[in-house]
This record gives sequence, C-alpha cells and structure tokens, in this order.
Amino acid sequence: MSERRFVCRCEDVTLAELDHCLARGLATVEEIKRYTGLGTGPCQGKECVALLCRILIDRGALDPATAQPFTARPPLEPVTFATLAAASLGPATTPAKEPG
Amino acid sequence: MSAELHAMGSATQPLPPEVDVAIVGAGIMGLALAYHLARLARDLKIAVIERGYLVSGASGRNGGGLRMQWGDAGNVRLMMESIDECKGLAQELGINLWFRQGGYLFLARSEAGEQRLVRNAELHAEVGAPTRLLAPAEAQAIVPQLDVSDVRLASFNPEDGVVFPWPFVWGYATQAVRHGARLRTHTAVTRVEPVGDRYRLQLSTGESLLAARVVNATGAWSHGLNAQLGIHLPNQPHRHEILSSEPLKPFLDPLVVDLGSGLYFSQSTRGELVTGITLPDADDGSDTSLSLHSSLRFLGHISRTLVQLMPIVASMKVLRQWVGPYDVSPDGDAIVGPSPGHPRFVQVCGFTGHGFMMAPAVGRLLARWLADGTQHPMLTRWDPGRFASGQAHRREDMIIG
Repeated sequence: MSERRFVCRCEDVTLAELDHCLARGLATVEEIKRYTGLGTGPCQGKECVALLCRILIDRGALDPATAQPFTARPPLEPVTFATLAAASLGPATTPAKEPG
Repeated sequence: MSAELHAMGSATQPLPPEVDVAIVGAGIMGLALAYHLARLARDLKIAVIERGYLVSGASGRNGGGLRMQWGDAGNVRLMMESIDECKGLAQELGINLWFRQGGYLFLARSEAGEQRLVRNAELHAEVGAPTRLLAPAEAQAIVPQLDVSDVRLASFNPEDGVVFPWPFVWGYATQAVRHGARLRTHTAVTRVEPVGDRYRLQLSTGESLLAARVVNATGAWSHGLNAQLGIHLPNQPHRHEILSSEPLKPFLDPLVVDLGSGLYFSQSTRGELVTGITLPDADDGSDTSLSLHSSLRFLGHISRTLVQLMPIVASMKVLRQWVGPYDVSPDGDAIVGPSPGHPRFVQVCGFTGHGFMMAPAVGRLLARWLADGTQHPMLTRWDPGRFASGQAHRREDMIIG
C-alpha cells in the first residue's frame, strides 16, 4: 500500500509535499496554497484548510491563537456560466453586434 | 531535506546594514531584475524586500498571457525578446513554468477593430513577428467552439502563449537567492529618506538599511514610497477582476481576445478556463483605490459575454474569482529609470497590466543598465522624466482587460 497521505484530496497534495514547502521557507497558509495548489480545487479549501492549520500547529509553524484560513474567493460553491449569465448582475452587456 | 532546495527568501532572512542596490517589491519585476543583476555584477550587494509573501501582488493575480501582438513596434520587439527568453527559462530557472505556446487569437467584430488588426499585421510583418490574418472560418478552425457569426476578421500569432505565473516568480526568487541576492519577505519598507548620496530604508521590523541605489518595483503600490521623496509620477492603480473555472481536459489552444468587449480567455495547463474582461468602473470610486474586492457585477457581465461568444462553456462552472491591480501609466508606456530629482532612486513601474509578460526581457535589460549603463531603446522611451518635459506620447492601443 502507498505511504502517501493526502491533505488536500481535490489537488492531491500530500503530507510530504507540505513538509517540502516548509523546508523551502514557505510556512503560511497563503504561501502553501500557492506553492502546492492546496485548496484550489472544487471544494476551494472547505475540506482541507482546517487540516492544514492543524498540521502547521503540530509542526510549530502556526500559532493557534492567530490561525486563519486563506482568503475566501467567491462564489461560495461552483456555479455555471449559464446561471451567472441569466442573473441580472452587473452593467448592461454590449450585444455582440456592437459598432466601434 | 535535500541540498538542491534553495530557499527563496523568508521573513527571517538576515539583511546586511549596507547594500549597493535595494529592490523594494519582490514581484516578477523586482525578482527578474535581482536575478540578472546578481549574475551580471557579482560584487554588488543586493537586497530585495517584500511587504507580503511571494506572488501576493499583481504577479500572482494576472492571467499569465504573453503576446507579440502589439500595436507598436517597440512593444512587438520587446515581447519577441521576452518570449524568446521564455523558451529556455524553465531549464535556466530549474522550475516548470507551464509555458505553452498556443498562440493568441484576436477577434474583430467592428470595422475599427478590423482596421486595427490589418494595421498590426503589416507592422508585425515588418518587425518579423509571425502574425497572420484569418477569415472567421479559419479562426473557427483553431477554436471550433467559437460563434464567429459576426466576426469580421481575426489575427493569430502561433508564438504567443500562456504561463502559470506563480512558478515564474518562485523560479526567479530561487535563482536570485542562489546568485547571492538577499530576499526578505513579510517586511514592509515604511520610510525612505536620502542620507548623503544614499538612501536609508526603515523597515516594519524596526531594522534599517542604507542603499546606494534603490529600485521601486512596487507597481500599483509605488505611489507611497515615491511621495515620501517628493517624486510625483502619474501612474495609478486600477482594479481588474479575473476568474477561473473547474479544470477540463485540454480543448482550447490559443488565448482568445475579443477586441470589442475586452474579453479574454485561455485554458491554463492545469485545465482551468482563465478569463477576464473590460468592466466599466463602479460609481463608488473603488476602482482606483487598491481595494481588491471581488464583485458580482463582474461575474454577470463576463458570463453573458463569454457564453455569447463561446456557447459551449455555458455548463462549465466558475470555481473562483479574484482581483489584481493594473499599474496604469497615462500614455500606456512603462515608467522605468532614474526618478526626476532622484537619479539613484530608480523606477520599474507603470506597466499598465502587461508587466508580467514583459518582465523576462525587462529584468535583463534593466540589470544591464544598472550594472554598466548599457542603454536600450525602450529605456529611453520609458524615462520617468518624460511627463514633466512633455515628451509623453501614446503609441499603443492594444491594451487588453
């Protein structure tokens, strides 16, 4: 059986990859998200960020009193372009046959 | 961990009290410059100081496009250099940059747009960029899912492409450090003041350092440091939104730009559709405030425009949206070189949303100038003094997003 242990299941980020990240001096949740891709898949971190924080606290890389998730990016859950196009959001969209 | 791990700076990296060059801002510009300068001038002491983490600014927030298709010969030549540089850069920097040359496909749906593409193609032929004009059906042969029913003309350059911006930044950071530059992250420069013929930089940690020359590579955030020295330059931040979708198998080769709406979209090597659009400013003035909030109005506007042009994406899902600032220069040209009244305080700002793609070339040519004074036609053109002397001219009309 594989020894790999997954922290982020959407992006297949393993515990060994987190340790690699820490060894490179990247120790904050924002840096780790970007270096490993953790939390950038369909769940957008909802499954893995708490686990990441716990691992960082165990490694002494994060103070539990100041632990924060990375910046949440909308939408809250995946939404199709069709749904967003049908909602009346934003400025009037120029029709395709516009002049100029 | 293994010996080939070269740290790329940290919040605890010690800095010497005196340096030859202090680069403020560890975005792609500051780091490409640090890398080339550290290689060219091995005896120079170089420090790079970053307020946040690597890729926290515009270098981590852009769409990763690189194109030769500009409206001005100087920009076309510069981007030919930059794209050429990218071809060997993954090996040179020792990191996968996810550089993929799928071309840029520009679509014109108006007579004015058509004329721009015709004029550009003539210019590109003169300069030697392999751009060709395409009939709508030929554009559709490249991207079969496009609705080209009202496209009048398209242009395509197969050498244009996309990268994943983050590893670019880490690659330059790693190699800059490996060549001796000191890279300190999570540390702000809170104050800059002239001391004799040097500058003293006060840091948020309470430290200070003296620098013979300072480079302001803070882009959209550059106004604050400049103002402390009485340097008044006209570049301004401007908020731009972007989003990415769920990942799909590769289906889209080029980055597509619709000239009329300012919509652009490409498929990253990760499989996500990455897309942005020109969005009219909100009426609350927030677009020039460096506020990085995402908006619903962007989602609605871009989704309508995208679904119209590329109906098949209607059922794709948006995963996340974010914001990054353009650092807009009033004439569309970058602001690079000695500051008015402060020849040893050097700007590398004002790239108007296109700094990332230009950085591979700019890092090299600016390093040469700092190392031994070698000039370059673009450096002459980008002189920060041009605004005060009335020499600013708008040459470029292919600014997208």
